[in-house]
Amino acid sequence: MLLIRCPYCEEERPELEFRNAGEAHIARSANIAGESDDDFEKFFFIRSNPKGIIYERWRHMHGCARFFNAVRDTVTDKFVMTYKAGEPKPAKLPGVAK
Amino acid sequence: MSGAFRIPRAGRLSQAKTARFSFDGQSYAGIEGDTLASALLANGVHLVGRSFKYHRPRGFLSAGAEEPNALVQIVRDEARKTPNVRATVQELYDGLAANSQNRWPSLSFDVGAVNDIASPMFSAGFYYKTFMWPKAAWKSLYEPKIREAAGLGVSPDKPDPDHYSSRYAHCDVLVLGGGAAGIAAALAAAETGVRVILADEQAEFGGSLRFETGAKIDGQNGFVWAQAAIAKLAAMGNVRVLSRTTAFGYYAQNFVGLVERVSDHLKAPGHDLPRERLWQVRAKRVVLASGAIERHMVFANNDRPGIMLAGAARTFLNHYGVAVGRNVGVYTANDSAYAAAIDLKKAGVNIAAIVDLRDNPTGPVIDEARALGIEVNFGRAVIRAGGKLRVSSMTVQPKNGGGERTIPVDAILMSAGWTPSVHLFSQSRGKVAFNDETKRFVPGTYAQDCVSVGACNGTDGLSATMDEAYAAGDQAAKDAGAKTAKGTKPKVDASESWSRGMLGAAPGAGPDTTVKAFVDFQNDVTAKDIRQAVHEGMRSIEHVKRFTTNGMATDQGKTSNMHGLAIAAETLGKPIPEVGLTTFRAPYTPVTFGAIVSHARGPLFDPTRKTATHPWAEAQGAVFEDVGQWKRAWYFPKAGEDMHAAVDRECVAVRTTAGLFDASTLGKIEVVGPDAAKFMELLYTNPWEKLEPGRCRYGIMLREDGFIYDDGVVGRLAPDRFHVTTTTGGAPRVMNHMEDYLQTEFPHLNVWLTSITEQWAVIAVQGPKSRDIIAPLVEGIDMSDEALPHMSVREGKICGVPTRLFRMSFTGERGFEVNVPADYGQAVWEALWAEGQKHGATAYGTESMHVLRAEKGYIIVGQDTDGTVTPNDAGLDWAVGKKKTDFVGIRGMARPDLVAKGRKQLVGLKTKDPKVVLEEGAQIVADPKQAIPMKMIGHVTSSYWSQNCGRSIALALVAGGRDRMGDTLYVPMPNGVIEVEVTSMVFFDETGGRLNG
Repeated sequence: MLLIRCPYCEEERPELEFRNAGEAHIARSANIAGESDDDFEKFFFIRSNPKGIIYERWRHMHGCARFFNAVRDTVTDKFVMTYKAGEPKPAKLPGVAK
Repeated sequence: MSGAFRIPRAGRLSQAKTARFSFDGQSYAGIEGDTLASALLANGVHLVGRSFKYHRPRGFLSAGAEEPNALVQIVRDEARKTPNVRATVQELYDGLAANSQNRWPSLSFDVGAVNDIASPMFSAGFYYKTFMWPKAAWKSLYEPKIREAAGLGVSPDKPDPDHYSSRYAHCDVLVLGGGAAGIAAALAAAETGVRVILADEQAEFGGSLRFETGAKIDGQNGFVWAQAAIAKLAAMGNVRVLSRTTAFGYYAQNFVGLVERVSDHLKAPGHDLPRERLWQVRAKRVVLASGAIERHMVFANNDRPGIMLAGAARTFLNHYGVAVGRNVGVYTANDSAYAAAIDLKKAGVNIAAIVDLRDNPTGPVIDEARALGIEVNFGRAVIRAGGKLRVSSMTVQPKNGGGERTIPVDAILMSAGWTPSVHLFSQSRGKVAFNDETKRFVPGTYAQDCVSVGACNGTDGLSATMDEAYAAGDQAAKDAGAKTAKGTKPKVDASESWSRGMLGAAPGAGPDTTVKAFVDFQNDVTAKDIRQAVHEGMRSIEHVKRFTTNGMATDQGKTSNMHGLAIAAETLGKPIPEVGLTTFRAPYTPVTFGAIVSHARGPLFDPTRKTATHPWAEAQGAVFEDVGQWKRAWYFPKAGEDMHAAVDRECVAVRTTAGLFDASTLGKIEVVGPDAAKFMELLYTNPWEKLEPGRCRYGIMLREDGFIYDDGVVGRLAPDRFHVTTTTGGAPRVMNHMEDYLQTEFPHLNVWLTSITEQWAVIAVQGPKSRDIIAPLVEGIDMSDEALPHMSVREGKICGVPTRLFRMSFTGERGFEVNVPADYGQAVWEALWAEGQKHGATAYGTESMHVLRAEKGYIIVGQDTDGTVTPNDAGLDWAVGKKKTDFVGIRGMARPDLVAKGRKQLVGLKTKDPKVVLEEGAQIVADPKQAIPMKMIGHVTSSYWSQNCGRSIALALVAGGRDRMGDTLYVPMPNGVIEVEVTSMVFFDETGGRLNG
């Protein structure tokens, strides 16, 4: 069972309290009704499936109930860092070689 | 005297404490503190089981958890029959009853042993090759026969009457393994004051100090020192000492699963004791001190009862006071077996000969053996063992060939060397490294905050182990935040030391032979099988493992993996590290389902949710159905009524007088805030800004892909307050969906969401008399049609308690849904019921609710929709705000495929024969005469007998359905084709006049 740091509670809590909520940093267009089929396809259907660093959304379901973003390594399952929803994709990751 | 093979004054058990036990019905005497293995050996019993495939007679290989052979069934009573218990770890209690397994009719005469003679048929991969033809025979003959023959032991067939407990724990330093290394590490860590947990799988701590008579620490015998150290640790407030506790799994971030056997060793465990306790421990640092496991020698017939590991024989002697034979042979490739021979010789057992594969080894143990007059042969091999139910001889030959000599023996002790137990380290995702000099895999690269010490780290000798373990325990404590260390390192005064040995098949079992030299005892894998796997094309050790099943038995190859790997590498002509080690997986030893499941079974498996009126419905004799975690009243049968009769009566009553229905399980969410209406506009297809406070609207929620996700009636209580209802099953995910958008896509909106499902009990009162029933109990609400029209909501009081009174209908009748605080739910229900009795009202359940709504063509999301249905498909276009520029799903709904012609649409179906009720899920075709496979154009989503319509009714998703009104379609069923007519979805009161009736 993983320990995940909730950026709102500022605490590491067991995985049981959390739910994964899919890939992060996929913005919903402010003019979604006017999007082309291709743009909507990219927005709704296309997801990355990297071996290594992934940016994803989690929800502290059985804690503060907030959605937040996390950087996780899909090879080691280790959480590199977590940050609040709405914050930009981190430019630098702690302890990860480029 | 408890057994003829018990040596007076040897061992540590008190002869005074006799325990009677039985094996296969035969009664024996043992001593408290014995294992079942030591007690049987004390009585001269070696034959305890039959092997899995060849049904060969088997005895004890080991004295511990690695045991592959001595699996027995322990029977406490009818329900407590535990199969596959390793006799070497089962502690004896007075009255213990054990049976052998995998034999028929008896252990000494087993019909299945014919497999041994027919063994060429059962060589590696035989499952894949033998049962191929004829194809039909697989199902009728091979599979049933294999299933009958396969498996070890018999599962108990009654529910487990024991209970199990489960605990979570946190600590700074978790030490796994309570031998010298583990104790030293725990002492070092504990003395700094940090929280320490020390666990060991044995009943008594000490590990190999149990048999190493040569170890002296702090001036004491090693085992005595260990007991004193454990007593000291157990008395410390910051230390938890767990014996009989196996660390079976090492998971992410230093999360370790351990199982503590609490009462399996007790004669009569009280009901206050769990059988086992699962510990889930999160540790800042883990110290692995799991020791090493001795390997056997791979030679012909090395599985005969009486042939065992040298360390095991030494344990039986030095700890349990049992000699494993009277005339014992020794076959070794390292020093450690000498110590066993010396101890036995000193205890008065004849050592027939030591056969040492090495050419000219030297050392103190060899000198001592010679000094005791033991015959020592170098450069020789045991090429086969004689005897069947018990070893009777060993045949010795110079290892490079030459004259054979057969020596009579009644036991053979063997040692090919010691394999570091890297199981837990490997489970922690650490990478092992092969030490070419010592031919051992030892911990290499660490993936977690742990450290290996002692034998499991490849460290030889007690002094080096003590230094390493004490330093590691101290460092682990410091890493976990400790500041000062106060203790002193225990001093090793004397120790034994050995290493090296050999891997793979011994001479006489080489590639040019066909002998049965066992590598994996439990799965009956021989050296020949491993070679055959390579010859048949297996290159990776993972393939060899699966083809031969080497290491795949319940012992997971603790004694066999290294031998199997070495033989595969030799056959492939590759160095061992290139062939690679198979992955170690949890559990280290088998774990009961009981320990894992713990209390989460029966009623505690999943929460049961009951509504406020549940006791009332129960008293009325309601039949309940499970809806998610909820128990809902399904129907209320009167005496002599079946479900159909009850539902017919309930449905008619609702439309002639009135019915009461508990709708409390509907999900309810309060959407509150200055931007509440804006938020509703974005989450639902409907327009909300202009909905007046006090009015309701049927809302549809989509996913971003444009498909219907949920629906429900929403009441606007105030400009900034909506009372949203959801489907019963959809409540949690709708809440999650709303929170997701509010927090991440629309965080600028000033809105709060609160789940109020359990705050309000909901009593639906439906039917022509509904207002008459409610009105006398209501205060402060004008109940006239003008003041409270259909689809409106008011707040006031009923029976003196607050209510949110909805005028709404899921039946098509004049109807109300009375929301009251859940604590008053049953009281208000009873008041309404009493009032209803004056008007002939009935209580109705979910089945009637379904029929009544289907009569009106009201859909149920999840039944009439399946996640691929758009509002248009469901005929709900009217509920989509045409002028809206944004809502979740607005773009998805416009996707080409979602607006294409010919989509499946919801329609009504009437069977040509009104008495025939369609099956839900039945497929629909346009032409019943077409060839199979027919083109299916839709399916039935809802279907009922409607007593109100006097016929069957159904809803269906049909391709281009709305263009097929009046058409005849067909539903092919196994016993004939049913003709149906496509109709409107409304079967009753098409004009809707009854809503105000």
